[in-house]
Amino acid sequence: MTTLAGRVVKTVEAADEQRRREEFFAHVEGGGKVEATDWIPDEYRIAVLRFVEMHANSELMGVLPERDWIMRAPSLKRKLALTSKIQDEVGHAQILYRVAEDLGKSREEMLADLIAGKTKFHNVFHYPTKSWADVGIIAWLVDAAAIVAQQALRESSYAPYARAMKRICAEESVHIIHGRDVVLAMISGTAEQQAMVQEALDRWWGPLMQMHGPPSNPEKDKDLRWKIKSKHNEQLRQEFLNTYVPRLWEIGLTVPDPALRHDEDTDRWLYTEPDWNELRSVVTGNGPASQSRLDFRRLSFEDTAWVRDAVLGNGRVAA
Amino acid sequence: MTVGPHPPMAIYEVFQQAREGDPMTHVGSLNAPDDELALQYARDVFSRRYEALRLWVVPRASVQTIDDLDLLRPPFDRSYRRPDGYNVVPKLRAIKARVAGTQQEAEVAG
Repeated sequence: MTTLAGRVVKTVEAADEQRRREEFFAHVEGGGKVEATDWIPDEYRIAVLRFVEMHANSELMGVLPERDWIMRAPSLKRKLALTSKIQDEVGHAQILYRVAEDLGKSREEMLADLIAGKTKFHNVFHYPTKSWADVGIIAWLVDAAAIVAQQALRESSYAPYARAMKRICAEESVHIIHGRDVVLAMISGTAEQQAMVQEALDRWWGPLMQMHGPPSNPEKDKDLRWKIKSKHNEQLRQEFLNTYVPRLWEIGLTVPDPALRHDEDTDRWLYTEPDWNELRSVVTGNGPASQSRLDFRRLSFEDTAWVRDAVLGNGRVAA
Repeated sequence: MTVGPHPPMAIYEVFQQAREGDPMTHVGSLNAPDDELALQYARDVFSRRYEALRLWVVPRASVQTIDDLDLLRPPFDRSYRRPDGYNVVPKLRAIKARVAGTQQEAEVAG
């Protein structure tokens, strides 16, 4: 789409360019919003693209741990709920790749980079699942940790992303209730089922604590300064702990961190330092399920080639 | 800077009406190879939970934009087009005082 503003851009001089950049950053740092069709300096465009692409990748990869459980869901209702959650997450990926595309990278390139292991997705999707309790813990707590971050993104300076997040958050809140319901059903069940939930929580707690990333220096974080995101990592982790630790305790679960406690004086949660080396290793493709998930994504990409050919009219469909 | 998807995929903008009488609101966009599949994808992505009563699916290439503020918000005084462009209260107050004064004089004279 060529806008009047777009046509004007092509004629501005270097001095105007510098002034434009300064105006742009003053605009976003002052709380202003940016639309896809606005003039956008490269640093901002690349920062938003990287952020949204990683988010889109995570939505797409996040369905793989869950798809393993569709055929093993314990009832038809659970199977429907899980299938629709998976459909939602793929829908989120579609919406987010579309937002990212407008920032200058095609969906084909983004999928190719994901499959090649060149771009990242969230740490929690690099781990295997072992029981039905994992489905509950993932839908409840992984989605809860994600929604804490996503709710803050509804204020993003990049308006198309902020608008997408409003829709996505509404759907994620259904997933959280579904996950909590799965957990509560198992906790209401036999001792063996209760033990399955505790065992799943024990395995997922480390990755959950790492999920928002190490505390960063808000002054050096460009994503924060340009209001692409509005809250820093430790703020998000504190919000997550504040809401969900009491909800775990009230149903008799033990959070596997002896140091975890709420400090009344500072109104902060204290906890054992998460393993940041594990986080770095996992998100660069060295997690226990990183390669098998990417292999599956590759296989699925090849298996669905005939659909793309049919849709794109490539004429190879009969072969 | 924007790039489009590989042809024949094209970008479509999607608008939804959530409730009867509501305006059509932009909800996002999608890639589709033709108008027919664009409608299917719009339904899949934007109304899985009965969010929409109606969807408009428009090729982005058909959307024309004006975002030049010199045209949309020219720097002229247009206060006469707004209710706050009129300062009624002090005038009314002065007139009421004058009318009340005239009536009083009439009563005294009467």
